Amino acid sequence: MIRVELPANLRTLAGVGREVQLEVDGPATQRTLLDALETAYPALRGTVRDSRTKKRRAMLRFYACEEDLSDESLDAPLPESVAAGQEPYLIVGAIAGG
Amino acid sequence: MTTLRLLVGTHKGAFVMTSDERRKDWKIEGPHFAGWDVYHVNGSPAEPNRLYASTSRGWFGQVIQRSDDGGATWQPIGNEFHYEGATTTHKWYDNSDHPYEFLRVWHLEPSLTDPETVYAGVEDAALFKSTNGGTSWEELSGLRTHPTAPSWAPGAGGLCLHTIIQDPSNPNRIFTAISSAGSFRSDDQGKSWKPINHGLRSSYIPDPDAEIGHCVHHLAMHPSRPNTLFMQKHWDVMRTDDGGDTWHEVSGNLPTDFGFAIDVHAHEPETIYVVPITSDSDHFVPEGKLRVYRSRTGGNEWEPLTKGLPQKDCYVNVLRDAMAVDSAESCGVYFGTTGGQVYASADSGDSWMAIARDLPAVLSVQVQTLA
Repeated sequence: MIRVELPANLRTLAGVGREVQLEVDGPATQRTLLDALETAYPALRGTVRDSRTKKRRAMLRFYACEEDLSDESLDAPLPESVAAGQEPYLIVGAIAGG
Repeated sequence: MTTLRLLVGTHKGAFVMTSDERRKDWKIEGPHFAGWDVYHVNGSPAEPNRLYASTSRGWFGQVIQRSDDGGATWQPIGNEFHYEGATTTHKWYDNSDHPYEFLRVWHLEPSLTDPETVYAGVEDAALFKSTNGGTSWEELSGLRTHPTAPSWAPGAGGLCLHTIIQDPSNPNRIFTAISSAGSFRSDDQGKSWKPINHGLRSSYIPDPDAEIGHCVHHLAMHPSRPNTLFMQKHWDVMRTDDGGDTWHEVSGNLPTDFGFAIDVHAHEPETIYVVPITSDSDHFVPEGKLRVYRSRTGGNEWEPLTKGLPQKDCYVNVLRDAMAVDSAESCGVYFGTTGGQVYASADSGDSWMAIARDLPAVLSVQVQTLA
């Protein structure tokens, strides 16, 4: 079970709390995880990545284990601790400043 | 007993407000979609409990929400808006060619007769249509591919299609308006389009009398006179009586003819309302006074309506979709401000009361008159 933390607006949209837990089919990668997220919560389709190109929305970033995974290959394996459910995968809205 | 239901979109969510015909005591529910920009909420004339809402955020894009119970509960529905065919361009602020890019839905206009059919006006400017209750959307691409479209340029708010009006006497006819391209008419259900801007004059563009390039802020029509449209342009209040073929100015004695909102009385086709705004650089009401102006002569002769509205130290704006009229026996008029107030008049504008004073900035106000 992989843990995913969502930003506040997406929690409201999906009707969930801060964290959701997901099973992925096959190897645990960012792509399979995001596929699983959109399958479990169809309301999120198009809000994290473009519905056609699957490209990350420009003002969102992906983090895990204090590493920025936003520009890493979507098909690279997730960190072991994320795949094992020990650490969450974070979807974070870019901060615009105060 | 008639019930009035206000649908209010704000920068941080939507609110649904209901009252009986006295329009004195309002029940306010919300915020729905807290934290999201709600550019527009609108109800189906054919099935009033069917509501559509356009919610968006820069981080997360566009989400269309639908309610089938008058706003008590909502479901996210189709949010895929894809321009048809090859990517086209429009002019950017520096006059370079800029590829069309979908940003958000500004305006939702449900069909007059079919609750499953709804139109969406979007930024960058295009018209979309759904015939399955918003589940999927198809572009009516004849507008965006009009020969003039490559020369359309955005206004300060973006290149947005913000007004959609269906002719109740002719299901083939649709009017739209785009900032800052102008107004357009289709006589074949949106397949092809004609610019209808003759008579508009905009001194801030290279050719003041150009066919396109005019920053039309809003259009309004009385359903009994579908050939008469009223327009709040960037500057100037305009009128046509031939379906947009020719326009003439009816600003008359307004203190300023800059503004955004315009609407028509439900029972008096020659009674119209605007909220004059100081200028295109000062987007607030003149002299610190919030005044609705009413013309009972179809324009030119205007009277200020001030009873119940702040007449000092007020510096709010009223945006293009933030005024509405109900069709109760005594016509109600409503508007919302960028300061978060929603005002109502139950007597055609003679007097006003604040329904809410401290909402987020109001982007849109619609009203439903429910039997």
